[in-house]
Amino acid sequence: MLEVQDLHVYYGGIHALKGARLKVDRGQIVTLIGANGAGKSTTLRTIVGLVKARSGSIRFNGEDLSRLETHEIIKRGIAISPEGRRVFPNLTVLENLELGAYNQGHETFDRQRQWVYSLFPRLEEREKQLAGTLSGGEQQMLSVGRALMSRPQLLLLDEPSLGLAPLVVEEVFRIIQTINKEGATILLVEQNAMAALQVAHFAYVLETGRITLEGTGQTLLMDERVRSAYLGESTQSV
Amino acid sequence: MLSYCLPPWKGFQSVSGTIFFQQLINGMSLGSLYGLVAIGYTMVYGILRLINFAHGDLLMFAAYAAIYCVTLFSLPWTLSFPVAILMTGLMGIVLDRTAYKPLRNAPRISLLISAIGASFLLENLALVVLGGVPKAFPRPDVFDQVIELWGLRIQVLTIYTPVVTLALLAGLLFIVYKTKAGKAMRAASKDFETTRLMGINLDRIIALTFLLGSSLAAAGGIMWAMKYPQVNPFMGVFPGLKAFIAAVLGGIGNIVGAVIGGFLLGLGEILIVALLPELAQYRDAFAFVILILVLLFRPTGIMGEPLTDKV
Ligand SMILES: Nc1ncnc2c1ncn2[C@@H]1O[C@H](COP(=O)(O)OP(=O)(O)O)[C@@H](O)[C@H]1O
Ligand SMILES: [Mg+2]
Repeated sequence: MLEVQDLHVYYGGIHALKGARLKVDRGQIVTLIGANGAGKSTTLRTIVGLVKARSGSIRFNGEDLSRLETHEIIKRGIAISPEGRRVFPNLTVLENLELGAYNQGHETFDRQRQWVYSLFPRLEEREKQLAGTLSGGEQQMLSVGRALMSRPQLLLLDEPSLGLAPLVVEEVFRIIQTINKEGATILLVEQNAMAALQVAHFAYVLETGRITLEGTGQTLLMDERVRSAYLGESTQSV
Repeated sequence: MLSYCLPPWKGFQSVSGTIFFQQLINGMSLGSLYGLVAIGYTMVYGILRLINFAHGDLLMFAAYAAIYCVTLFSLPWTLSFPVAILMTGLMGIVLDRTAYKPLRNAPRISLLISAIGASFLLENLALVVLGGVPKAFPRPDVFDQVIELWGLRIQVLTIYTPVVTLALLAGLLFIVYKTKAGKAMRAASKDFETTRLMGINLDRIIALTFLLGSSLAAAGGIMWAMKYPQVNPFMGVFPGLKAFIAAVLGGIGNIVGAVIGGFLLGLGEILIVALLPELAQYRDAFAFVILILVLLFRPTGIMGEPLTDKV
């Protein structure tokens, strides 16, 4: 469904992605893990066209995305919950969801809203509230819910667990699995490698702009290098 | 200049109730014009964080457009005014596309300089192409009528102006708060990137902002030209400045605030003259004193939220 090959991205003189690549098949949860500054967000931002790659290719359902503008890429069936949630604080919860469904008709909007409310009942309770007044966890739910409003084929999530209390993190990962079971393909970017690998079908490790490891979630959970570098365990104890 | 102030009661004594009331209406009428023009400043500021210095010149553009629709194409005013308003709205989009859009990622100071340049360009282009001799504005007869109201004789234009302003404000608020595009405008005023991530064509939303703001400025410009029927290339400068001050007074970025700021400024100007005739010659200075006071003591204006930078 999504195929990224040999992606090179520069910020001025900084070479942020040095040949990153990944593949997401329909129905999967694929995770991209890596330390802070590895280039995970840059990868997602390049996929949705906020950042332009110097070289490499991004194909979605066979179509090259690199020449398209962001809003055109989104219309092709990709949605993103960006890093830092980025809900519109001056709009109500419902208005945020409406913008998530900007290019959809009434029926899609109504149907998706019901679905999002069933996933996140808190959002329904706070429908009329300004998004800026929500708690961090609620804003994260809104950010994910808003992305789901367009009924995307592919959902990109950038660190949905960042800054959330452990219980809320658990809930977020449970919901990610639910969303996937109900048909959405997910590319999940995380620093919380343990949780991400547990839900992922396939995983990539990104280090300073390069993919250094890949494998199924289970394989990488067992991998010594992953365990020592990202799961906070020393190799001796394994 | 404050040392020239006479005690207010001295002024009050010389003003009769009717004249005071008359001036109140005049002040509202003038203020509503400021408000109408202020909306455009506030909308563009809200989305681009830019003081669109060329905004005032759109009044002039609209007035000339209306004149030429009437004189060259002999259109009736019922047609020529809407055409002029539409043309000015499109002119606003052209202004954005040529002067501001190429600078979307540039430092804000570049944008400001470009705005000042665009303003000079419009004024001097008008001077060269249309000439510096003021043209008479063909005011339709319907606006000339005088009606008796509570013993006052008032030109209907004076009444129509605030009514038109409030009607346009209501329409605008409907667009901004109830339509999808309006919600996208409010979203874009906080966060361009995330707005685009919703699948929204940001350029269209910015164009819509300029279209709406400039159309309202055109309505203001036409009413201004009917009030002071001498049209010249620089006619937009002063109302533009006053409207800008009104927008700051109301809280820049806030649409309702802009109209409230306009009303207050217009009322203030007229009442100062009415109550303290000794200060009449300082009428224009009044607005600038207000500007300085607002910037010193309440930079967010009456309705403004704390100014936030954009992500
Ligand atoms: N807007 C930017 N300008 C300059 N450098 C940036 C910008 N965004 C990210 N970078 C740099 O690119 C690298 C990758 O960043 P990012 O993709 O945000 O990493 P991650 O999401 O994995 O933490 C980092 O070195 C970061 O400093
Ligand atoms: Mg990141």
